[in-house]
Amino acid sequence: MVRAASPLAFDRVTKVHGAGPTAVRALGPVSFAVAPGEFVAIMGPSGSGKSTLLGLAGALDTPTEGTVSIEGHDLSALTPGALAALRRRTIGYVFQDLNLLPGLTAVENAALPLELDGASIPAARSEALAALEAVDLARLAHRFPDDLSGGERQRVAIARAFVGPRSLLLADEPTGALDSLTGERVLALLRAQCDRGLTAVLVTHDAAHAAWADRILFLRDGAIVDESRPAR
Amino acid sequence: MSVRHGLLALLAGEPAHGYGLKSDFERITGSAWPLNVGQVYTTLARLERDGLVTAGDAADDSSRTWRITRDGRAELAAWYGSPVDDRPARDELAIKVLVAIAAGSVDVTRILQAQRKATVERLQEWTRSKRQADPEHDLAFLLLLDALILKAEAEVKWLDLCEERLRRRKPRGRA
Repeated sequence: MVRAASPLAFDRVTKVHGAGPTAVRALGPVSFAVAPGEFVAIMGPSGSGKSTLLGLAGALDTPTEGTVSIEGHDLSALTPGALAALRRRTIGYVFQDLNLLPGLTAVENAALPLELDGASIPAARSEALAALEAVDLARLAHRFPDDLSGGERQRVAIARAFVGPRSLLLADEPTGALDSLTGERVLALLRAQCDRGLTAVLVTHDAAHAAWADRILFLRDGAIVDESRPAR
Repeated sequence: MSVRHGLLALLAGEPAHGYGLKSDFERITGSAWPLNVGQVYTTLARLERDGLVTAGDAADDSSRTWRITRDGRAELAAWYGSPVDDRPARDELAIKVLVAIAAGSVDVTRILQAQRKATVERLQEWTRSKRQADPEHDLAFLLLLDALILKAEAEVKWLDLCEERLRRRKPRGRA
């Protein structure tokens, strides 16, 4: 039986900023693999290396040593063009700062990654509408971000992150600016998408947010010091 | 948890038999505090002794119908009107951490990490239960889970804070 490649794997990855005596090790060595459909939370305090790890996972940064693989592709072996295509087609990002374009409606925002990737506008909008439907926002598809609540905007950002064929969602404190119940709804939504096959990695300092994940990795000083699994 | 005041609250609604009180108490508290019926009768006997409830004579406890008295209603109103002070006299986790720090030879960070892992795993279980709950029909259960989750979250924050304070203290300890 052939095992599906891990959506995201780190193999002895380190990230060092600077060089010589002033070099600072921000991460590693860190090794872990995320299974297809798994929801993994990386939990740690400020400065523990969470954002560095997420930047490496999202191919926004390159490791000093070790290998980051997405769906079996060693990112360091890809050409810049292939890397950019992988980033666009496979990975979705959700950050606390949503970066929704104010001049575009919810559906236009959600369709943007597909349009930038060359999809026709009708095809991209149709996929975007399906993604908004999945986050229960289809009825607000033609509203502009300023006419949506904080929770609704965050749901648009999530829809944009997994629109089309994307299979790996990376989230950095996506509920930070939301009240408890709205934040819970966003996490429940992420959870539901994973139950449908999406793979998600969430970095957070908040235990109650991390608790929505299947597995939690505890990060301290750039290293994974522990890992929790829920009792089944 | 005050079973005594819980029973008074139920009887303020309507008179009831002991077994009905047990079932209703468990229902409204999301089955978080299962009672045995003997505990209910013991509590009712104390409430009766204190003049807070009354019951007609009957051959056995199970046949008696319990009613709240005027003093019982006053006691219940006073309870609702007072903030709860349930700070535990001894918090085992805090004591364990403080004793370990004082001992000097114990790896406190290991204790903090083990506790954090256990607490976060409990949080995962409660979050899983929350996902399965129906917001309409399981309101009591959801509110109870919210309370447990927020307390556990606070515990994890405290553990993080302990670790950070210890980390900042270390250079001075070595000097």
